Amino acid sequence: MNDVVPFEGIGASVRRKEDFRFLRGRGAYTADFNRQGQLHAWILRSPHAHARIRSVDVAATTGMPGVVTVFTGADMAKDNLGGLPCGWQIHNKDGSPMAEPPHAVIAHDKVRHVGDPVAVAIAATRDQARDAAEAIVVDYDVLPAAATLEAALKPGAPEVHGGVAGNLCYDWHIGDKTVLDAAFAKAHKIVSLDLVNNRLIPNAMEPRAALGEYDPTTGDYTLHTTSQNPHVIRLLMGANVLHIPESKLRVVAPDVGGGFGSKIYHYAEEAIVTWSAGKLGRPVKWTADRTESFMSDAHGRDHVSKADLALDANGTILGLKVHTYANMGAYLSTFAPCVPTYLYATLLAGTYITPVIYAEVKAVFTNTVPVDAYRGAGRPEATFLLERLMDVAALESGIDRVELRRRNFIQPDQFPYQTPVALQYDSGNYQATLDQALAAADWAGFESRRAEAAKRGKLRGIGCSTYLEACGIAPSAVVGSLGARAGLYEVGTIRVHPTGSVTVLTGAHSHGQGHETTFAQLVADKLGVPVAQVDIVHGDTAKVPFGMGTYGSRSLAVGGSAMMKAMDKVIAKGKRIAAHLMEASVDDIEFERGTFRVAGTDKTKALVDISVAAYVPHNYPIDEIEPGLEETAFYDPKNFTYPGGCHIAEVEIDPETGKVSMVNFTAVDDVGRVINPMIVEGQVQGGIAQGIGQALLETCVYDADGQLLSGSMMDYTMPRADDLAPVSVATHTTLCTHNPLGVKGCGEVGAIGSPPAVINAVVDALRDFKVRTLDMPATPAKIWGIINGGRAMAAE
Amino acid sequence: MYDFQYHKPASVADAVKLLADPDAKAISGGQTLIPALKHRLNRPTAVVDLSGIAEMKGIRREGNAIVIGALSRHDDVAGSAEVKAAIPALADMAAHIGDTQVRNRGTMGGSISNNDPAADYPAAVVALNATVITSKRRITADEFFQGMFTTALEPDELVIAISFPVPEKAGYAKMRNPASRYVMAGVFVAKTGGEVRVAVNGAAPCVFRQGEMEAALGANWSAEAVGGIKQDATDLNGDIHGSAEYRAHLVTVMAKRAVAAAG
Ligand SMILES: Cc1cc2nc3c(=O)[nH]c(=O)nc-3n(C[C@H](O)[C@H](O)[C@H](O)COP(=O)(O)OP(=O)(O)OC[C@H]3O[C@@H](n4cnc5c(N)ncnc54)[C@H](O)[C@@H]3O)c2cc1C
Repeated sequence: MNDVVPFEGIGASVRRKEDFRFLRGRGAYTADFNRQGQLHAWILRSPHAHARIRSVDVAATTGMPGVVTVFTGADMAKDNLGGLPCGWQIHNKDGSPMAEPPHAVIAHDKVRHVGDPVAVAIAATRDQARDAAEAIVVDYDVLPAAATLEAALKPGAPEVHGGVAGNLCYDWHIGDKTVLDAAFAKAHKIVSLDLVNNRLIPNAMEPRAALGEYDPTTGDYTLHTTSQNPHVIRLLMGANVLHIPESKLRVVAPDVGGGFGSKIYHYAEEAIVTWSAGKLGRPVKWTADRTESFMSDAHGRDHVSKADLALDANGTILGLKVHTYANMGAYLSTFAPCVPTYLYATLLAGTYITPVIYAEVKAVFTNTVPVDAYRGAGRPEATFLLERLMDVAALESGIDRVELRRRNFIQPDQFPYQTPVALQYDSGNYQATLDQALAAADWAGFESRRAEAAKRGKLRGIGCSTYLEACGIAPSAVVGSLGARAGLYEVGTIRVHPTGSVTVLTGAHSHGQGHETTFAQLVADKLGVPVAQVDIVHGDTAKVPFGMGTYGSRSLAVGGSAMMKAMDKVIAKGKRIAAHLMEASVDDIEFERGTFRVAGTDKTKALVDISVAAYVPHNYPIDEIEPGLEETAFYDPKNFTYPGGCHIAEVEIDPETGKVSMVNFTAVDDVGRVINPMIVEGQVQGGIAQGIGQALLETCVYDADGQLLSGSMMDYTMPRADDLAPVSVATHTTLCTHNPLGVKGCGEVGAIGSPPAVINAVVDALRDFKVRTLDMPATPAKIWGIINGGRAMAAE
Repeated sequence: MYDFQYHKPASVADAVKLLADPDAKAISGGQTLIPALKHRLNRPTAVVDLSGIAEMKGIRREGNAIVIGALSRHDDVAGSAEVKAAIPALADMAAHIGDTQVRNRGTMGGSISNNDPAADYPAAVVALNATVITSKRRITADEFFQGMFTTALEPDELVIAISFPVPEKAGYAKMRNPASRYVMAGVFVAKTGGEVRVAVNGAAPCVFRQGEMEAALGANWSAEAVGGIKQDATDLNGDIHGSAEYRAHLVTVMAKRAVAAAG
């Protein structure tokens, strides 16, 4: 007999509840939903990066087996539908708004990237729909393409959107240039670096899918979709595109197999299936194949930057100047404009005291897939720039790279710390995470490992990054003033059932993060209800109050805080009921983990006594307290949260082939209070895998005509298990000071902190070759080129 | 995938009859053909499944040769006691093709018939001077591989088995393409009956013999003997993963490693 219930509250590594269905193949993903009378859609996509559509001839599809209809962009235009909206407006330096060209759901005048939808064929089966799509004849007038940032910025470059001069979406800046110039004038040394942040293709395991339904008897639309934020999709699609009142539109994001940001946005296919279902009165389903994912999911990163860091003779930072070109792709994806601005330039202080920062960002349209937030979004770009710059500055000023960081760190007693680029950090201890990581990675013993590797003919290097991120983006009023067209609060409902079990409704959405476990642990911790009796409901606008979804590591910091607030309300009401039942004053009732007690006595009531009384109000102060025990709270954060830490990578290079192998990776992250250490470790490891992917393997390549050369797994290098190193993950906690849980967020730290650590390690391994600029990914061919060039130069 | 007829003949003779239709396609492991069908790159009228043909199966020693049935899966080759004893370099090559799933389905006959420039086996077949036994004839390795995805096979001709003379020494080394993990540049070296052959795969549109290295190794079988030989980059493949020059450089590196592996 073992009746000791293991502790399941905050700090326990409870196994993930959701894995019972995921590991048995019993998850229910969008593609698993099938409806009576369902039709299948196949999207015909542009094979050209840039072309005028002269005509779309669908005549040959008539009478093909199973084919119901073909809709073109012209058909959609006839229904007066809106275009796909952008959720964030940036203003130029001169105060004018950014260029915001229309984004048709189905292109009808011009196609602007390979993969741009030109028609949708709808048939009884997916193959029949595809047959029909192949029978459509599109007459294209192929135009020259602006396929890269460089090409789009050239004088006389093809215009992606008529009227957007120079393909410039916006020209934005932050910081005080005059103060910066003064600081630079006094500098002992200015270190400059050119950087490219490579473009990535997210590749969630589950390709996107959407199933639209329409009930003509009620006028209700339902969309099942692979989304990270169903309410946002309902709002954008209902209000902006299809003009369906929210009361008539239900959006369900069931189990979702990974998103990494790419499933935040409102995509054309969601509108296409919903609208088609309405037109045809039959459910319409679309499921992407991997090839389509490559050319229709929003890509990530893609910056070209120049950075200048001013230092005094002691290596103290005097100022930072950054100029960045950011690729937006062909259209503005939902949150694209905020990524290279408010999620990037505001992070440029990192963990360092930088008296003045001035950053200019020019966002540029190109004939490529739209670019938007991808795990980390803006913050990996800022971190890569800063942490590479620190290493180069150390090298060029002759100060040890760890020492240079220490000299410039914001000190533990300086919080709250106001940076010159808008953010105010609430807490952190960068010295502590650095020291812990240096010890865990045996930084001090590295030189002997390098010498040992040299005996084996290998070049070994070590590198660190002492990064900072900002997540749980907020408060709503502030982001609103910065151009967000949405609020960024979260909602939580705590529904205590009559017999004491609990259902939680949350606006956050889990697509791999383990919310069903972590959130249940919050309830277990606070209300004393076993995790097994706490059910988390998310991802359905018909069940959950209006919430904002999951991205930017916000779910626990913002969504968890809403739940905490709602639980406070439950407890407050419970205390009043308990006071009645125990004939005591409310002020004398204490509550702890499921038990209401009259202070200083042994009189207690369990939560279940209270819930029974609340739902069966026989002995109940019905005139004073409403029946029921269910509370909802909306939580609008007071500030961002600021995770940070230190990542250390150790690599070995085979100089004959140029292949870089990860040999060790150490992460010490401050993610605030840790609710479930096992889940945090998994999240950080996953992020690091993606960070190593960016640093060593992944890159999206377009040719000059805008054809996607890295268009499949044959050419786009996804990290595999054997590309990674043993990863040691540890945490060092300082609490967030402004949310009730003290949590900061752990979903993105891995992808943010790791790429510069890896590249710094590669550069260190190549010390003899005096590498300064090393663009990611550090592929074997690229490293061999450096080694070979280095040797050739040495011979000259 | 477009619709097609499916046949599963039990003999080579029946299979060949079915393949008289020029638009019919044989299928062995399907690791190349199925992806092509799924991408609608191929529209056969019929798919002729060879997996039921006993004559094309099995691995056996015949005198001084190892004869490998065309339907032998990579995993069969990797695990075969005969292959491991007589040509360990070949077993090792098979053990490092693709991934577990691919090795459990893909076949030697399918691989060499396909003659993907980035495939592994063609280098072994050429360097070991194997003979390809088909439904019609015996074809020498040098004649068999003709160019990118092109072989001496006629449309209705099937590979039945591949006969590998047992070498004195053999070794293989490859650099994988980081994304696909196919061969970016590989070198198979072998010394059989005193003759040295060096075959290069991955680097060019088709497997080829490196004559200079063959001569050098013939005179002095050592890694140093090939270490100084530069592969000409003209006509080698270049792509987003590596230039022709990089591949040329890798040929020398892999040759050294192959000789070292051969012992
Ligand atoms: C993910 C992945 C990774 C891979 N990695 C590698 C790798 O690293 N190295 C490597 O070498 N290969 C690799 N392959 C290819 C794999 O080895 C295949 O097994 C091989 O290319 C084809 O063999 P198959 O039996 O699957 O042929 P199939 O796909 O069945 O057929 C291929 C072609 O050969 C023809 N054919 C098949 N059998 C015969 C026969 N007996 N006679 C005549 N024609 C025939 C078919 O008609 C077809 O045209 C990989 C494949 C995949 C899917």
